[in-house]
Amino acid sequence: MMKPLSSIIEVVDLSHSYGEREILKGLNLSIGKGEVFALIGPTGAGKTTLLRIMDLLEVPAAGKIYFDGKCIPRSGKQRLEIRRRISFVHQKPQIFSLSVYDNVACGLRWRGEEKNRIAGKVDHILEMVGLEGYKNRKARTLSGGEAQRVALARSLVLEPEVLLLDEPTANLDPVSTAKIEQLISSVARQHNTTMIMATHDMSQGQQLADRIGVLLDGKLAQTGDATDIFRSPQNEQVARFVGMENIIEGVVIANNEGIVTVGIGGSAIQAVSNCPAAKAVYACIRPEEVTLALSTTQSSARNSFHAKVTRVNTIGPLSRVEIDCGFRLVALVTRISVEELNLQVDREVYAIFKATTVHIMEKGISK
Amino acid sequence: MTELWQAFTKALELLVSLNPEVIEIAGRSLRISGTSCLLASLICIPLASLIHFHQFPGKRALINIIQTLFSVPTVLVGLFVFVLFSRAGPLGFFGILLTPTAMVIGQMILITPLLLGFIISALSGVSKEIVDTATSLGASGFQTIWLVLREARYAVLAAVIMGFGRAISEVGCALLVGGNMRGVTRVITTTISMETAKGDFELAIALGMILLFLALIINTILNRLQQR
Repeated sequence: MMKPLSSIIEVVDLSHSYGEREILKGLNLSIGKGEVFALIGPTGAGKTTLLRIMDLLEVPAAGKIYFDGKCIPRSGKQRLEIRRRISFVHQKPQIFSLSVYDNVACGLRWRGEEKNRIAGKVDHILEMVGLEGYKNRKARTLSGGEAQRVALARSLVLEPEVLLLDEPTANLDPVSTAKIEQLISSVARQHNTTMIMATHDMSQGQQLADRIGVLLDGKLAQTGDATDIFRSPQNEQVARFVGMENIIEGVVIANNEGIVTVGIGGSAIQAVSNCPAAKAVYACIRPEEVTLALSTTQSSARNSFHAKVTRVNTIGPLSRVEIDCGFRLVALVTRISVEELNLQVDREVYAIFKATTVHIMEKGISK
Repeated sequence: MTELWQAFTKALELLVSLNPEVIEIAGRSLRISGTSCLLASLICIPLASLIHFHQFPGKRALINIIQTLFSVPTVLVGLFVFVLFSRAGPLGFFGILLTPTAMVIGQMILITPLLLGFIISALSGVSKEIVDTATSLGASGFQTIWLVLREARYAVLAAVIMGFGRAISEVGCALLVGGNMRGVTRVITTTISMETAKGDFELAIALGMILLFLALIINTILNRLQQR
């Protein structure tokens, strides 16, 4: 796994609670200079709280924060100086009731930047976010997507060393989302800005980030690159969160040079793993890795099961097909296949998946 | 009804003819109440920000007291200033009783709670997220307060307009500490009070209308400012 050379932000044993509710529970995280880090996790997991603490908006109940190697004091003027090297784009863009220009310029003015330089920088950034004609518009009259771009411009114009983004595209239409994502990745490339982005959209994390951390219940359940997280979740909770819909309990019957056979009720699944025999495990298969067919002849996949369709649910271009092959399995197939295979309840099919697509997780290492 | 109509025509007459005494009285009313409102605003805007942005024990009680003082009777404030500045009083050596200065001080005391209370509530109307956003963008404490004041500018202006309205319309304090001395401390409200006592309802009503007309002009100007 990529190990950052020197860290720009590091939190150690961070705990925080609001009243009775514990939000963060002894969290450790180190972010490297220039790294783009995505923080994924369900709502209420503590993503926003972590970002707020990193932005020095809040003082954690316990734990330390290091910025560029120095420990940040819990109060005092130094916090403002450090905060001015970071910028945080909040989830709901809070646009000041000023003109677009003044909204974008305010951070620079607060830093005592010279008037001419402010004008140059603001013009440049407005052009970058595609709002060059909006300078004198009242910012409150903008649409949601435009407001989000103003909020982003307002932070980017400060050329921060660290940019914190809280759900930068939540509640935006697909076109605006694509624009914002493009901006984020181009800034990360051009300025080598360190970014920490909270998102519940896993594909966004996958697209934009060098490294992903899964925040579950106030703790980092797993960090790693996208492949690690999505293919090899470390425990059941992470697996469920990253969309491993098929998590099947079983026991390793045999391990034959890296190919394990997992007994599940009366059936057996083959998978690539170095898990020893007799271990209780979960076998995880992403629903999009399961192929449905009327015969098994054309496939070289090691796993194929005769199954019966129990439910078909079409969402957009894809259909989620639940089948029973001795154990319950969910497959994600295109609508065309549904029509071609005439998939409907009680239809008999074969479920086929490769041994390499099955991720084996030892039981009991969760939490 | 005929009395009202007569009063109305007389008021128009006094206005159109630019009656020197009426102009003088109205001018004094504007000057005194404008000054007291301006000075009170200069004190209350920072003070209200201070109260709003700081947590301290007794904050709720303080705001409660401020709101209670909204209903302080104007004569009571007049009495207080009178006692304070009367020759035997603790501040008697200033010798400002029965001068416009005393009236300004009285009106400032009168409208301070009103301004404080409504500016605090104007600031509370700005969301916590705005404060956080400003802080995140690197605003210092002072810069954040300035931004929040700007965000709340319409509500703050409304508070100032209300303070001015209370100042220019009160009679108890102006009469008690000013003494309604012709050419010195005579203002619209004290004149209305005097003319009513004399039975000259027409002039009293006419002056009342002039006061409202002045208020209308001022409000129109301030509203124009708001819409910009």
